[in-house]
Amino acid sequence: MNRTTGLNTQPNLADPDGFYAALMAAHEGLTKAQSDALNARLVLILANHIGDEEVLKQALAAARKSARA
Amino acid sequence: MSKIFETPLYPYQRSPDQDAPRYVRHPVIVVGAGPIGLAAAIDLAQQDVPVVVLDDNDKVSFGSRAICFAKRPLEILDRLGCGDAMVEKGVTWHTGKVFTDTRETYRFDLLPEGGHKMPAFINLQQYHLEEFLVRRVRELESRGRPIEIRGRNRVSAISNNGNFVRLEVDTPEGPYNVEADWLIACDGAGSPIRQMLGLDFVGKVFEDNFLIADVIMRADFPSERWFWFDPPFNRGQSALLHKQPDNVWRIDFQLGRDIDREEELKPENIDRRLRAMLGEDVEYELEWSSIYTFQCRRMEKFRHGRVLFAGDAAHQVSPFGARGANSGFQDTDNLCWKLKLVLDGTAPETLLDSYSDERTYGADENILNSTRSTEFITPKSEISRIFRDAVLDLAVEHDFARPLVNSGRLSVPCTYDGSVLNGPDDPALPRRTRPGAPAVDAPLDGGWLLDRLGDRFQLLLIGADGPERLNESGLEIEVLRVNPEKNPELRARYLGDALAAVYLLRPDQHVAARWSAWDEAATRAAIRRALGME
Repeated sequence: MNRTTGLNTQPNLADPDGFYAALMAAHEGLTKAQSDALNARLVLILANHIGDEEVLKQALAAARKSARA
Repeated sequence: MSKIFETPLYPYQRSPDQDAPRYVRHPVIVVGAGPIGLAAAIDLAQQDVPVVVLDDNDKVSFGSRAICFAKRPLEILDRLGCGDAMVEKGVTWHTGKVFTDTRETYRFDLLPEGGHKMPAFINLQQYHLEEFLVRRVRELESRGRPIEIRGRNRVSAISNNGNFVRLEVDTPEGPYNVEADWLIACDGAGSPIRQMLGLDFVGKVFEDNFLIADVIMRADFPSERWFWFDPPFNRGQSALLHKQPDNVWRIDFQLGRDIDREEELKPENIDRRLRAMLGEDVEYELEWSSIYTFQCRRMEKFRHGRVLFAGDAAHQVSPFGARGANSGFQDTDNLCWKLKLVLDGTAPETLLDSYSDERTYGADENILNSTRSTEFITPKSEISRIFRDAVLDLAVEHDFARPLVNSGRLSVPCTYDGSVLNGPDDPALPRRTRPGAPAVDAPLDGGWLLDRLGDRFQLLLIGADGPERLNESGLEIEVLRVNPEKNPELRARYLGDALAAVYLLRPDQHVAARWSAWDEAATRAAIRRALGME
């Protein structure tokens, strides 16, 4: 996929385990409702950072497509 | 409550039509003497089109109802002779604040651009507006213009024939029949005309209930729009505070879905809510209260043969964003010049299809914005509420989240992009004045540009050569010459970096076409196109 115009679905995290651990740590001790709220804030923060409408559309589609049946 | 509600402004009087041996045929009948019906009638009468308004009532509407009027509708009402009275009486405001719980999360300033005759927004009770409109009708009548309001004339039956409409009208003295070449239905969201004709009105129904309490009180809140999400005095819901003239305040409480209307409307329950919001010892008088729900919907087409629908009869939106009454004035603004030219035989009947095309486009824009605001204010699912709250929480600290806060996207003028009536554009000229856009006001030679525009086709020559006058398709086109050097705001808004421009303007002040130099053949073709002839 073209990185300049589309969603990057290739590995892009330098330290995947480290990021995953940080994500879990951010949720630690939170209730389900608090975790849901944190996730929502995170999505909005990241979406704004990305900014590119086309990338966001592709990300939404990719997220929806990977759902379990 | 104010006397204005009680005084019949257009009491029933017997019309000669009721005693005529044959059905009397009028060029235009307007059904409904609300703001939109009256605006239509005034617009037509100003252009010497005889018009009769039928209304089942004889007074202004009860309660303040629509209170928020945007710049473009004010410009339209100014062309109809009511702008100054509205601005003088209304409360001008330009700051909005949004609170979450007790914190201010976001504030916006409408930052009104200088060099416009009309302000960005005013608040004014609908009954004041209706009174100004009725006064204007009387003024036109006294000058011999062909306009008449018939109070307590309720349309009870309609037949929409090929080239005329026949009505049966109930009065205190019994029914009579009357006919019209054209009928404009401005009879509100529940439009009996629409129902009698069995026409569609589809869209989204929203289930949340809202309580309006208009109170008279002395309070030192500023002239700002205050909107709360989840305030302590209305947990889990929203609320709005907005100032009107005469110390009247609009307070709007979201109540939620399954409510007991009767219970909520009891004065002691309204009082409890108001005291929780305004303080236990507040002194106020309740002027008007009402519980409403709303729909976002429109008719598929606003023209059905000889019947034309305008205002709430044709489309409905949520109140968030002040897009109801405001869009109705844009309907009649669009319709009346077309109807006049069709009645005169200057333009083909099909020009009226462009009314439907342009205004359904406008309605869709309003429905889209209003539906989005509604989704934000009244989240319909758990996840919708989670994201809404996330936006509000982020907005306290982060600039990026503030534009996502949607407490109503306020009405902006509609630009008819892609309309079949639009002629050529020159993309070197500023985008805001492109074909389809309403002319942007600017100071002109010590007065205002918009005071010089409207009611006829005009050519605006800005630093450009052109003819002294122009006749096309039986129309005399007025030529206005503007010196851009002497009018810098106008120059910025109409020329940008260009040296000269020629604008063709429609009678509703919308730009029909524009060029950077005079081109007679192109201008003539653009006029014919704007008349629906090409």
